[in-house]
Amino acid sequence: MRNEMRDVRRESGSPPSGLWPLASGLVRALLLAVVVVSTGESQTIAITGGRVHPVSGPVIENGTVLIREGRIVAVGANIAIPPDATRLDATGKWVTPGIVNVATTLGVVEIGAVEETVDTPARGRGDAITASHKVWEGFNSNSPLIQVTRNDGITTVGVVPGGGLVGGQAAMIDLSDGSLTDMLLQAPVAMTADIGSKGEHVGGTRAEVLQRLRDLLADTREYMRRRADYERNATRELAARRGDLEAMIPVVQGRLPLVIDANRASEIESALNLANEFSLRIVISGGAEAWMVAPKLAAARVPVIVGALNNIPLSFAMLGARQENAGLLQRAGARVLINGGADGFNARNVRFEAGVAVAFGMPWDDALRAVTLTPAETFGIADRVGSLQVGREANVVVWSGDPFEPMTRAERVLVRGVDVRRPSRQDELMQRYKALPPTYRR
Amino acid sequence: MSAPNADPFPSTYRPIPSGPVAIRNATILTATGPAIPNGTILLRDGKIVAVGANVTVPSDAQVVDGTGKYVTPGVIDTHSHLGVYAAPGVDALSDGNEMTSPSTPQVWAEHSVWPQDPQFPRALSAGVTTIQILPGSANLFGGRSVVLKVVPSRTVQGMKFPAAKYGLKMACGENPKRVYAQRGLMTRMGNVAGYRAQWILAEQYRRRWDKWLVDRKGDPPARDLAMETLAEVLRGNILVHNHCYRGDEMAQMMDIAKEFGYSIKSFHHGVEAYKVADMLAANGIAASVWSDWGGFKMEAMDGIRGNLPLLHNAGVKTIVHSDDANGMQRLNQDAAKGISEGIGLGIRVPEDEAIKWITLNPAWALGLDDKIGSLAAGKNADVVLWDKNPFSIYARAEKVWIDGAMLFDRLDPSQQWRTDFELGYVPAPKVWKNEK
Repeated sequence: MRNEMRDVRRESGSPPSGLWPLASGLVRALLLAVVVVSTGESQTIAITGGRVHPVSGPVIENGTVLIREGRIVAVGANIAIPPDATRLDATGKWVTPGIVNVATTLGVVEIGAVEETVDTPARGRGDAITASHKVWEGFNSNSPLIQVTRNDGITTVGVVPGGGLVGGQAAMIDLSDGSLTDMLLQAPVAMTADIGSKGEHVGGTRAEVLQRLRDLLADTREYMRRRADYERNATRELAARRGDLEAMIPVVQGRLPLVIDANRASEIESALNLANEFSLRIVISGGAEAWMVAPKLAAARVPVIVGALNNIPLSFAMLGARQENAGLLQRAGARVLINGGADGFNARNVRFEAGVAVAFGMPWDDALRAVTLTPAETFGIADRVGSLQVGREANVVVWSGDPFEPMTRAERVLVRGVDVRRPSRQDELMQRYKALPPTYRR
Repeated sequence: MSAPNADPFPSTYRPIPSGPVAIRNATILTATGPAIPNGTILLRDGKIVAVGANVTVPSDAQVVDGTGKYVTPGVIDTHSHLGVYAAPGVDALSDGNEMTSPSTPQVWAEHSVWPQDPQFPRALSAGVTTIQILPGSANLFGGRSVVLKVVPSRTVQGMKFPAAKYGLKMACGENPKRVYAQRGLMTRMGNVAGYRAQWILAEQYRRRWDKWLVDRKGDPPARDLAMETLAEVLRGNILVHNHCYRGDEMAQMMDIAKEFGYSIKSFHHGVEAYKVADMLAANGIAASVWSDWGGFKMEAMDGIRGNLPLLHNAGVKTIVHSDDANGMQRLNQDAAKGISEGIGLGIRVPEDEAIKWITLNPAWALGLDDKIGSLAAGKNADVVLWDKNPFSIYARAEKVWIDGAMLFDRLDPSQQWRTDFELGYVPAPKVWKNEK
């Protein structure tokens, strides 16, 4: 993990105070009630009696998850519960790790059409290479969408930059309380690139786009070899600016995954070839036609981030889009991550994406893994989140039933052992308009 | 119609001939009454003949076993741009928004529809049988909509729902003022002035024509395509579908409708409809909404997942709409989210009520609730057989009938429509087994 992120200044935002004068007594009561049952980090909590899906191992019926100081200290069927533990009865409920939405703009895009709230993509200098862009530095930990998202059982998100040939660096963020510094799990976790979009500053043909990426990778190596010469202005002009070349070093060293947006089968194959040529660790994202090259992806052990709610041939690169994509990839032995709801407002809906993947052929256990442990493994945070194992952060959700079903509600959402379910801005609006306040009755 | 051009692009749709079909032992959500467990529905000559627990199946009927499965009316979407914003989304197929003037009631969506849009068969495969195609929302008056059956056809005329009324697309708020900021409108007050100016002209036009149609004296007044559309709205022959996000703007549009004596049939994208639910109910205006999509622009900020149950609870004709070719295939899941959020709000909407959000209520908003939207004897045989409860995420439409003809069968690739465009470009379907 890099240290620069520790310097990130917290955006100071004021709470939406204008809401309070009209807030109904009911909302205030709800807020208070939730605060009272909130479980503090120092507490010992035992979630008992539930159907526990650790993801890292088989289902445990009538299982217990024991949490102390924000971490999981025991998971199993016959766990001794310390007398001081707060018990959360999960009888008849399903217990899973918190859901990971691996690719979002939560916290960096509040309202897409309001430019001042939009902090991705980076503008760069017109060459479409912004590798030094650390998207999380624009993260607003006071975004009300965070509460909306975690109320639905999403406890970790990938915050991912978009745009350009190389968009920048992504981070994994826990939806805990606190500021970015507190919430940041790891950054960077990946560099992003897009070889499927031609454009003015990107390249006019697919081959040109690929060649520009090759030039960047080669020149990053050149920069590493000849850094002293570079500082003395004794090198030829390189394919990117200094900061971007620096940022690309862990990518060419194979330490930092390069997430490559590619949809057409041929683009995905190009990405695989590029990874071979430069010994890169890559992840395919988009992947509309990934099922067509599933055996190659599996053989190369390249993870694929796909959705399941898309069977529309939106572009000529996506003519093979189908809902069976995730299931076919899984059965071919590829590592599948399921995403969906990239924007903050919809980030909570990723669990339905996993459900649709199941409807179209993905085994249920694999679908749960695709929104928990597999993304955690892919981005190097599996020692922290993504499964219910001893030593992991206590990111745990108690569901009223199958977490992929729309009728199921997340009843408890623990992030690092703290129940973070509280009324969101949307809940306050709903309560306000459920029974119209007197001043509004005209 | 009382205008001179009664029906210049008439529907050529005819039901595809089919034999009688009986679906037995299914749970039937009729959208008119309580769910019928172990029910039977009989289809013949394009119509529903009988629905119930004790229906005699004639010997000539093809019997479909619905054990463990669900039957609903065909899903209806009041808000779609299929065919006018076809896939792939290239400029050459971008025909949905006539952004040349803030007021273009003279354009008709059907003249932009590409019947080979591969989005049509995908809608059908999700149980969607009737859709309203609207022009885009850049303009105050976007143009006429068209109601289509989701059926293969060489022409749009072959998809047009016979005798369906036209709709008029109107749009409030950010889109018109953004698009025309440099050439006409730039504020919401400019928008309202724009609507009123057109209605004033339309009222004059209607009076002039209606007088001539009675008197037949002298030459007829000059025809004006834009004014013909608006005059037909004033006569009640075209239904108003009004894109409007904010509750306060809906209240203003209701006043404008009263000022000029027309009705708004449905607000669309009403993410704030729940804020004015009582007014919508009092004025008999339907709300076509998403379950929980919003947040992407200022006027969409206050979108909530409780919109559907709050509207339902207030007695509003509540509709789940899509505006999106993917979302259209999940209207049932969106409805389920609404039911679920209702439970959290203490508003219980039973499944046999919520099914109306995607069937009978949209049928009403299209003026077609006497023909489609529920499973009752005499209605068109637009029927979906789901492999599971349609409010489950795991449910898929297994078979889909339109006017009694089975047009989609998930288990039989030969019964899966492929558009001309798809041949050679999109891999042919296979049977994908669900190994859940």
